[in-house]
Parts: sequence; C-alpha cells; structure tokens
Amino acid sequence: MSSLARPVAPGSASSARIAVLLDRVRVEEKLLLQAFEARQIPVDVFDDREVIFDLTAHQADPPRTHGRDAWSRYAVVLDRCITHARAVAALRILRDWGVETINRVEVIETCGDKLATSSALVRAGIPTPRVLVAFTPESALEAIETLGYPVILKPAIGSWGRLLSKINDREAAEAVLEHKQVLGSYQHHVFYIQEYIKKPARDIRSFVIGDETIGAIYRYSDHWITNTARGGRAANCPVTDEINALSLAAAAAVGGGIVAVDLLESEDGRLLVNEVNHTTEFRNSIDTTGVNIPDRIVDYVLKVAAK
Amino acid sequence: MNETATCPECDADISLPPDTLEGEIIQCPDCGTELEVRSVDPPVLELAPEEEEDWGE
Repeated sequence: MSSLARPVAPGSASSARIAVLLDRVRVEEKLLLQAFEARQIPVDVFDDREVIFDLTAHQADPPRTHGRDAWSRYAVVLDRCITHARAVAALRILRDWGVETINRVEVIETCGDKLATSSALVRAGIPTPRVLVAFTPESALEAIETLGYPVILKPAIGSWGRLLSKINDREAAEAVLEHKQVLGSYQHHVFYIQEYIKKPARDIRSFVIGDETIGAIYRYSDHWITNTARGGRAANCPVTDEINALSLAAAAAVGGGIVAVDLLESEDGRLLVNEVNHTTEFRNSIDTTGVNIPDRIVDYVLKVAAK
Repeated sequence: MNETATCPECDADISLPPDTLEGEIIQCPDCGTELEVRSVDPPVLELAPEEEEDWGE
C-alpha cells in the first residue's frame, strides 16, 4: 500500500509540506492523490471526521497534536471536503492560524451559498440571471409573480441539483413555498428565486485554475437540470475568448483559486454565469477535455506552496 | 494481490485492488450498496455515509 493511503495524525513525524483535507475518497480525490504520488510529492491526508482543532493551544506551549503548530508546518492545505459546513469551519480556523488553503475560506463561503455567489457576481458586474430574495412565503410569491413563470427556486446551500424547483404556475409556487416554510430548516426560509433562462438542452462548465481557464465541457440533458451528478452527459466545449474572459472574471469575483464556473446560453445569444463551484468534480471532464485536470491542480498546489 | 472483504449489507465477497485507499467509496457488485473502505489492512468495509443536505461541490 502507498503511504498516501492512510490518513495521518497532525503532529506526526511526516515531512510533508502539503496536506489534503477530505471526508470521502471519491474518484477525484483518488486521482489527485495518485497525481501527487506519481511525482513523488509527499502529502498528508486528513479525514475531517477524525480531526480535532485545539483553538487555544498557545504557540509557547509544547507542540500539541491538534493545535496551530501541528498545522502551521504545511505550506498549503488542499480542501476536498464535500461537507460544506465542515469545510468552512476547518478553513476558517486554518486561515486564522495563518495557514494557506486552497481554496481560501472566503471562496468556499461565497461559492457554497448561491445568494452570496449571485451577490458577488453582480457586485463585479458579471452577467448572471436575475435573482430576487424574499423572506416570507407571501413576499416570495409576490417576487415570483414579478419575474413571471416559470422561475427557479433554489436552496441557498446545496449542490448536485438537489431540491431545485422549476415553478411553472401559481399553484405550484404556493405548494413549494408552503412546503419549504413548514418542512425546511431555517435556511430554507430565505427564498432564492431565479429567473428561468430558456437555454438549449445543455449548459457549459468551465474549469479555472489560478489565472487560466484550462478547459470546458458542455453538459447535455433533456432535463432542465444538467448536472452530471444527475445524469447530464459531458462533451468537450472549446474555450472561446468570451468563455475564457467570463470564467476568469467569475473566478476573480468569488476570490479565485480552483473553481468550476457554470454558464448558461440565453436565447438572445448571451452567456450568463449561473453558479461557481469551489470543490469541483472533474471525473467526467478529463477524457472529455483532454486536459489532465488532477495534474493541473497539483501544479497549482505546488505553485502556491512555493510562495 | 487483491484483498477480499465482506459486504456488510449482503455478505458478498468483494475483491479490493492493490491501489485501494482508506476512505475510498466503492459499490458492492452484488447488491449495489455504496460502501466505504474503512481499513485496507485488514480490509474492512462499512456502509458509506448517507448524503447530507450540505454535501456538494
């Protein structure tokens, strides 16, 4: 077995300068760990289910297993957590300890919350579908009717196309809003209402690493939800100047790093940024784009670590 | 050489390739259940955690 296979304890005798924080080894994480290993770069892997952070361990204290000293020896920590709440908590602590992370916690917070993403995109002047936000079912219904049917209701926190609703008429709107209000946690009581963009049976996902758009795919689906996690089919999408410029601008708007930008093509020929993803999945995009995405991520991690 | 582990759901014998990693998610070829490799030496499989509301990319 490879030494990469086993999660290590912070403060162990490892000489690695790079750590990976994860909670599930999917195809993506395995490819990344194999890419590090192929270059003989030692990496410490941490399973967030086993990590404890000791916030009050003082630097003058003897090194503590779970304290700042144990983590400060890493030049960079690569976040691959799929659990958003854990990623935000862990990376916030690491930031306050002065430990560099990819992505930075501000990027995770912005991309992990659709409302924050939309707000950041608008602030940066990036074309994005119109979004209305309301806090009660009554005002949400009024907002929906302001936009006109159909509209999209999305939970602010969530991914993989989960709990997205396309609302085609008032009766559906009333039903979904009531369900959200009664059955949902408090986070579902902030209603994020997005203009429905009539798009071709596809959208575009581009991959940005640092200051480069390294590739893009079309995601085809007969369903209006095109996530590959939901059965969308990937095909290569040439990175045009427009896709490149918009992708880089969107990445910069959320704080940069390694992100995947979801773009919609409107009927009148405009490109709109729909979402930006911070812990991108790429298993369906390596052969499709011909770009060795895990290798490019390793390049970027090493570049940041060398700073 | 492949190690063999037992599916906790259906008791099937599952062969683990040598490059298997701790924490890796696999699917039981018999019952289709999603499993997590909790240990490679000795090989131990557990039911993978259920998807939570804040999971994603």
